[in-house]
Amino acid sequence: MNIALIALLPLLGAFIPCLFYNRNLNAASAGVIAGFSLLLLLLQAPAVFSGDIPLYTRSWIPAMGLTFAFRVSGFGFLFALLVLGIGLLIVLYARYYIAAEDPMGRFYTYLLFFMGSMLGIVLSENLLLLMVFWELTSISSFLLIGFWRDRTDARQGAFMALVITAGGGFAMLAGFLLLGHIVGSFELTDILAAGQIVQAHPLYPVTLILILAGAFTKSAQFPFQFWLPHAMAAPTPVSAFLHSATMVKAGVFLLALLVPVLSGTALWFTIVTATGLITLVFAAYMAMFKDDLKGLLAYSTVSHLGLITFLLGLGTPLAVFAAVFHIFNHAAFKAGLFLLAGIIDHETGTRDILRLSGLKKTMPVTAALTVIGSGAMAGVPLFNGFLSKEMFLAETLAPGLTGAWSWILPAGAVLAAAFAVAYSIRMLHGVFWGKPAEDLPSHPHEPPVGMILSPAFLMAVCVLVGIFPAFFAGPLVKAGAGAILGPDMPPYHMAVWHGFNMALILSIIALAGGVVFYRQRQRLFDAHVWCSRNLDGKTLFESLVSQMVHIGEMVTGYTENGSFQRYSALLIGSALVLGVSPFVRDSAPFLGSVPLTIPDPVTLVMGLILISAAIATVVTHRIRILSIIMLGTVGLMVSLAFSRFSAPDLALTQISVELVTIILMMMALHMLPRITPKESSSCRKWRDIVLSVLAGGGAAAVMMAVLTRPFDTISDFFLAHSVPGGGGSNVVNVILVDFRGFDTLGEITVLVIAGLVIYALLHNFDITGPRTDAQGYPWSRDRFPIILVNITRPLLPLALLFSVYIFLRGHNDPGGGFIAGLITVAVLILQYIASGIVWTRPRFHFDNHVIMALGLIVALVTGFGSWVVGYPFLTSTFAYVTLPLVGKFEIASAMAFDLGVYLAVVGSIMLVLVKLGTINSSDAQIVSTTFQREKEIQKEGH
Amino acid sequence: MEILVAASVGVMVACGVYLILRARTFPVVVGLTLISFGVNIFLFATGRLHTNLPAIITSEQIRYADPLPQALVLTAIVIGFAMIAFVVVLALRASGELHTDHVDGQPDDGRQKDGP
Repeated sequence: MNIALIALLPLLGAFIPCLFYNRNLNAASAGVIAGFSLLLLLLQAPAVFSGDIPLYTRSWIPAMGLTFAFRVSGFGFLFALLVLGIGLLIVLYARYYIAAEDPMGRFYTYLLFFMGSMLGIVLSENLLLLMVFWELTSISSFLLIGFWRDRTDARQGAFMALVITAGGGFAMLAGFLLLGHIVGSFELTDILAAGQIVQAHPLYPVTLILILAGAFTKSAQFPFQFWLPHAMAAPTPVSAFLHSATMVKAGVFLLALLVPVLSGTALWFTIVTATGLITLVFAAYMAMFKDDLKGLLAYSTVSHLGLITFLLGLGTPLAVFAAVFHIFNHAAFKAGLFLLAGIIDHETGTRDILRLSGLKKTMPVTAALTVIGSGAMAGVPLFNGFLSKEMFLAETLAPGLTGAWSWILPAGAVLAAAFAVAYSIRMLHGVFWGKPAEDLPSHPHEPPVGMILSPAFLMAVCVLVGIFPAFFAGPLVKAGAGAILGPDMPPYHMAVWHGFNMALILSIIALAGGVVFYRQRQRLFDAHVWCSRNLDGKTLFESLVSQMVHIGEMVTGYTENGSFQRYSALLIGSALVLGVSPFVRDSAPFLGSVPLTIPDPVTLVMGLILISAAIATVVTHRIRILSIIMLGTVGLMVSLAFSRFSAPDLALTQISVELVTIILMMMALHMLPRITPKESSSCRKWRDIVLSVLAGGGAAAVMMAVLTRPFDTISDFFLAHSVPGGGGSNVVNVILVDFRGFDTLGEITVLVIAGLVIYALLHNFDITGPRTDAQGYPWSRDRFPIILVNITRPLLPLALLFSVYIFLRGHNDPGGGFIAGLITVAVLILQYIASGIVWTRPRFHFDNHVIMALGLIVALVTGFGSWVVGYPFLTSTFAYVTLPLVGKFEIASAMAFDLGVYLAVVGSIMLVLVKLGTINSSDAQIVSTTFQREKEIQKEGH
Repeated sequence: MEILVAASVGVMVACGVYLILRARTFPVVVGLTLISFGVNIFLFATGRLHTNLPAIITSEQIRYADPLPQALVLTAIVIGFAMIAFVVVLALRASGELHTDHVDGQPDDGRQKDGP
């Protein structure tokens, strides 16, 4: 469980920083949560360093192969350590970075949300679970990039990042499903052991390309690199954390993770190596021309990600080792550099290299730290970046490469390295050296100590690892690479001095080349300006999106002309075609073997009434009130049919629902035209008649086919277990509140939601209905009929008592929460009808919202109750109790659930009907004003 | 008996479909109600037609009507009501906002959108 908690703690605790209004508490709570997570991770360290992979598995949806499983491999441990270590530094830094007017609690909430998602990726044992976390990082990245929601560039950048990474994630999900299909399991342990099976499978190329699409988009590899620079609209701590150190590395993490499964084929080598190399060179080139500090760092990040991808593409053990080492190194120096860029921005008011100059006098500490960071980024000896870059250069010279690869790879690598030197010098020299800038937006000075601590720590790591690599990074990288390579772990040598070899010569060439590039920058800039006019990822992306929108609009405009009647006709027509098509080739007889029965006369008459009433509903549909009366007749016949065919519960439900429906329709009709005008052309009318006869004929035919086939049911289980298992002899009710209680819970939730939506639709809604009746006569006001008033009042307690009776007996005889609720509604509504809202409302002014909510809560609490005693959700129990006078009776926990159903039904339906009754009614206004007056009087009385 | 039930379902569905295809909101609502009657009876009848065999367990009764479709239909009736209520109010709100109860939000003013 501890392993799962590492990821779950930040996810579950994400809302906590939001709860405080104090900025220090915001930061501290986030820090404490991340710290706990880190502690839990470090507890796994002994096991991980000894080569074990601690596992935690719980079954989730076994039918889909989805388990809730986590693992801490050495590689995952390294990543998790980066996420939490750098995360903690970011938490500290952001406390000083985020301005007082920005919602800091929300920032930390998003940050923790991201942290948990990212930890989920690196610690998942199940690929599908990994996918879930993968998408969560896309969402949290979206939220964080768009943190300053009022800025257009932030919204655009967030949108672009989401579209690209989520699109890639979609491809990757498909790839994962294929991979799971090939291997027969989604557990990483099984998949990692099945490399040969996967590579021999005919689906391997598709799988590979789909998974690569996901990894490349996430890690901003060419040609998807353009989203990352635009993600820099995020607050700088976010750029440092997500868009350089961790999230963008999720792609390369996945590649590295799947190296044992997918790598080693020509396809892998070609795609991954080439993509990596192009990204590496192209992005390093682009970085040289960025005047924005963060833009420069963003392109540099893309380039370094390309480098890691490239190494993984080579796939040799030493290359993988170098890749893991570089992941670690890059995270340290690039996160640090971003934080430093943030400090410069924060203290001077700009990030423009062209405006900044000579800051080393006013910001000496920042300058010194930046020297370290840029040195590491450029690959200067004594800093950590140098070591992994040396390994990388050595790998490009590996003897296994043949043909054009043998010179393209080292040439590209040296070129990119030289670019890296050039942009590193540009950043350092341009910002800190030269004449002190004078027109900066604010006066430059050193930041507060808390802000400089985080980058200082990261730079210290860079230097220490750079000088004593084997001591400070050795075990971690060994564990990380070892987890990927397994027994293939190569003999490696981590030290500052490798001897005078070919890689060192390349390094020297790159350093010298970089200096030359920097000195000749003006010429490069001129050439670049020409190129950039013609190539811009963002413009390309946006024109692509607008093109797609345009095509979409065209298609929509063609198929959707706004005519609802047309859509309905198309919908019903297609349903007919789809419904009929399976029978066309089917040669089996349409009717089954069960003989038909003769209807008894009463049933026959009932059926004929039903049929004629249904037809009458259509015939009279222009005169709406007649149509409703006919509809009511149909409803009554339906409820009689239920009663006739052994379904007393249904009959009771149907008749009470019917009542409420008709009342509702009458109330609505009060505000709608009374007459439907003649509009349809006769052609349209005939089309509709044909469609409806076909639909009705189809329904009748299928019904016949069903009824004449032998009966086979799964209900024997319910019949057998209803009394011994559910404690009730009314099987329908026991199914509702016990066997399928979860469904019922869903159903009353829908009912409550419908009630709320209707309430919202009617709130502040004003409509004036017709002022005259259909014949043009104005309405006359009439007193409430005195007989009705006098009958309904004594009826109320009787009917309420009856509904209690129906409710209580529901478990054993026809009845239950639904029916009792509907009866209660019916009798309450009767009061409104008979006595009017002015009389009724003050007497029953229960808050229907509260009743409705109470119903849901009661049902839920009953469900949770079974958890307390260790049973699954909504398990019910029952007991027999003997009381004096009453005798022996039964108490079932399902009755509490049924009570919830009752309250939800009463609350939501009353909410709707009363709300509907109050619009467009002068009486209702009187009620609401007298209400307020009464309340005021009460207040004064207190 | 089977023919009678099938015919009733068919007629309710046919009438409902015809009303759904009308141009004003109110008949559409009535049509939806009719269709939901038809669907409920259809679902219910998949448990076959039984006379005097309610699914109330007693010691003397051996055969029972199928309780499962009944339970399904019971909730379907209530959910169906929620849907109808929602559509009714939607129609009301639409006519208040658009000052017409035409399903397209504007009366057919000569410019025929759909074929004649």
